[in-house]
Amino acid sequence: MLDVLTGFVTELRAAGLPVSMTEAIDAAEAVHHIPLEDRQALKYALAATLVKSSAHWKAFETAFEVYFAVRGPQHGGDGTDGLDEEAPGDLDRDDEATGEGAGLGRGRGGGGGEPLSAEELAEMLFRALKSANTAQVAALARQAVTRYAGMEPGRPVGGTYYLYRTLRNLDLDGLLQRLLEAARQEAGGELTPLEERLATDEFRSRLDRLRRELEDEIRRRLVADRGAEALARSLRKPLPEDVDFMHATREELTALRRAIHPLTRKLAVRLARKRRHGRKGALDFRSTVRHSLSTGGVPVDPKFRYPRPAKPEIFVVADISGSVASFARFTLHLVYAIASQFSKVRSFVFIDGIDEVTPFFEGVDDVAEALHRINTEADVVWVDGHSDYGHALSVFWERWGEEITPRTSVLLLGDARNNYHASQAWVLQEMRHRARHVYWLNPEPRAYWGTGDSILDEYGVHCDAVYECRNLRQLEQFVSELA
Amino acid sequence: MSVPDDHAAAAAGSGGIQGPLGFPDPGPPRFDSVADVRDRLAQAGYLADDGMAGVVHLADRLAKPVLVEGPAGTGKTELAKSVARVTASRLIRLQCYEGLDESKALYEWNYRKQLLRIQAQQVVDDDDPLASGAGRGAARTWHELEEDIFSEEFLLTRPLLEAIRTGEPVVLLIDEVDRVELETEALLLEVLSDYQVSIPELGTVRAERIPMVFLTSNNTRELSEALKRRCLYLHLDYPSLEREREIVLTRVPGVSEELADQVARIVRSLRTLELKKYPSVSETLDWARTLVVLGVESVDAEQAKATLHVLLKYRSDLERAAKELSMGEGDANRTARHA
Repeated sequence: MLDVLTGFVTELRAAGLPVSMTEAIDAAEAVHHIPLEDRQALKYALAATLVKSSAHWKAFETAFEVYFAVRGPQHGGDGTDGLDEEAPGDLDRDDEATGEGAGLGRGRGGGGGEPLSAEELAEMLFRALKSANTAQVAALARQAVTRYAGMEPGRPVGGTYYLYRTLRNLDLDGLLQRLLEAARQEAGGELTPLEERLATDEFRSRLDRLRRELEDEIRRRLVADRGAEALARSLRKPLPEDVDFMHATREELTALRRAIHPLTRKLAVRLARKRRHGRKGALDFRSTVRHSLSTGGVPVDPKFRYPRPAKPEIFVVADISGSVASFARFTLHLVYAIASQFSKVRSFVFIDGIDEVTPFFEGVDDVAEALHRINTEADVVWVDGHSDYGHALSVFWERWGEEITPRTSVLLLGDARNNYHASQAWVLQEMRHRARHVYWLNPEPRAYWGTGDSILDEYGVHCDAVYECRNLRQLEQFVSELA
Repeated sequence: MSVPDDHAAAAAGSGGIQGPLGFPDPGPPRFDSVADVRDRLAQAGYLADDGMAGVVHLADRLAKPVLVEGPAGTGKTELAKSVARVTASRLIRLQCYEGLDESKALYEWNYRKQLLRIQAQQVVDDDDPLASGAGRGAARTWHELEEDIFSEEFLLTRPLLEAIRTGEPVVLLIDEVDRVELETEALLLEVLSDYQVSIPELGTVRAERIPMVFLTSNNTRELSEALKRRCLYLHLDYPSLEREREIVLTRVPGVSEELADQVARIVRSLRTLELKKYPSVSETLDWARTLVVLGVESVDAEQAKATLHVLLKYRSDLERAAKELSMGEGDANRTARHA
């Protein structure tokens, strides 16, 4: 057990979770106090001692499912003998191994002795989902994986492709429609819109459960095939705060968007607090004397004036050409969410033309909607819609340069890939003279700066600082330094 | 409570709370098993899922504090209260806020009383010419006086010290720990890891019985590693459909099963939308109570729309919910105006 546990802790650390020595010891101690045959209890005991942030839960869960997968001697055989031959009795055995199988599923599997045909499987799945029979759904998920995933032993994959193949064959959207149709008939024809919506959500959650069952099953078989460590390695994913903006997948982007909301709240709280407590103001003589009365006129507790908060003005100038669009989006998101911390935020977007987009954010509750309007309405194309930093910057200087004051911080967002146009770096030089700070945020890895058509070096010398800003962690750090 | 004479004794660690592995000995267990935790909490009207019950059970066995984190209104504080109720313990609560300090959290010297004591001494001295004047006598008196004014009589205990000193079973709830500054968190560390409080003038005060400790956090900032390391972590999220239905059934008197089911399902659908603030469990309960008071047997779109402002607190959220749940465009605005 101890070996498994240390292996597990090592895997968590490799996945980026901060697991300290004491926490590992706590986990070992906790394991003493729970019945080991109870897998759920083990999971919660380990989670409580090892994972100290809800953002890391997903990574923990993946590692746990791999390291403590339900395994039996029969399962070990599955991988080596080839999955397809095992099919007839498979349903049976899995039931015994996991101990949660449905009597129903077992009866059919044992009685028939034949693998279910595609139509039978679909029909049974439909009925199981309709009656929300979880045990049977689980049994059928196993059957479906056997039938459709076409797993090949020994291939070093994480299983995404197997899942995709299974799902394609099961046609979940079609199932959802059938389920809804059945619900409608049961209600006697028509559902009210509210009922329809509720039914849809209910069936979606059931289908989600099926999907999870499929994932689990595929993972179980992969563990049996390749061993926990190897599989954990291929399943390892960056934590939400480390996901690269430029290469995030669609799901990761959704997760990032969700993560940015609490993040902005945290940042705003932290900044407000820093303002209040960061520096003390001058001694407040009157208040000190007033408070000294309770100690008999001895000024034990000196009181200070609160410092006047310095609220900087921010000009955000963002490249929204295709190559860096998602990055610019996150930065605008973040800056606007903590706009209360700045006295004035103005934003400009450019590709080869430049346009001010501040009004789009005004009086809008939903930042995402504002961003959508920016993408569709802002006038940012001048000639051909390829980035031209030089032209954009000189136009910016011409039209808005006057408004930059010594209280203004200018943030330039972009990769400085200028398509070999003129750089017009003098604009930055002028800007720096007039503004409080000029910062450049680049979403590219530092190693790529100045390669190809990137002319960051030319701009960089005129900035107060140039930051690499590829993930939420770096972005958060920058914003807290700024305010 | 035990008060060792000096720090050496405290440092030697000869107290009775160190177990064989360096873990504090938690004393007789409060709960037999995970199932026991769940059943007893359920009897007290708090429905815990396996994860929560498991963590509470572990906290009891390992004598470790539990850090409960999650969105507002998911029953974090209620968990601590319920545990106190089922274990027949006293609940000592420390509400955290910005600017909380040692004298509000741990202990404070009652300096007004100390001043009085000193003044009383002067009166005695003036009456007694022998004591005043003679240098040696004065020094001795000063020493006595110092011993005297830094004794327990002049100590005002605050929640943390109180939880440790008292002999009766205690559940200590440190509420919204994320509201204190990062530096103030350090105050908690000694109490949380060793169940002791060091008072320079008195020595170290140890817990005789280890209290159960719950810390709650709304996650408005990252807590320090040092604090997290000392705690078991429990993330309380919005409950599953089944659990929410059960919660509504137990907590709302007079609610029918059908209504509870509908309430839980509508709330779940609302939580799948992109809202500013998701309806919490306590708001679900408020909504269910509202519906019961209104005499609603089964919710239709019309009634849901009219009472939605109990669940959602933002105008934009109300509009979106009304639209998404197909309650009709035009009426959505009316609902919003009601709110």
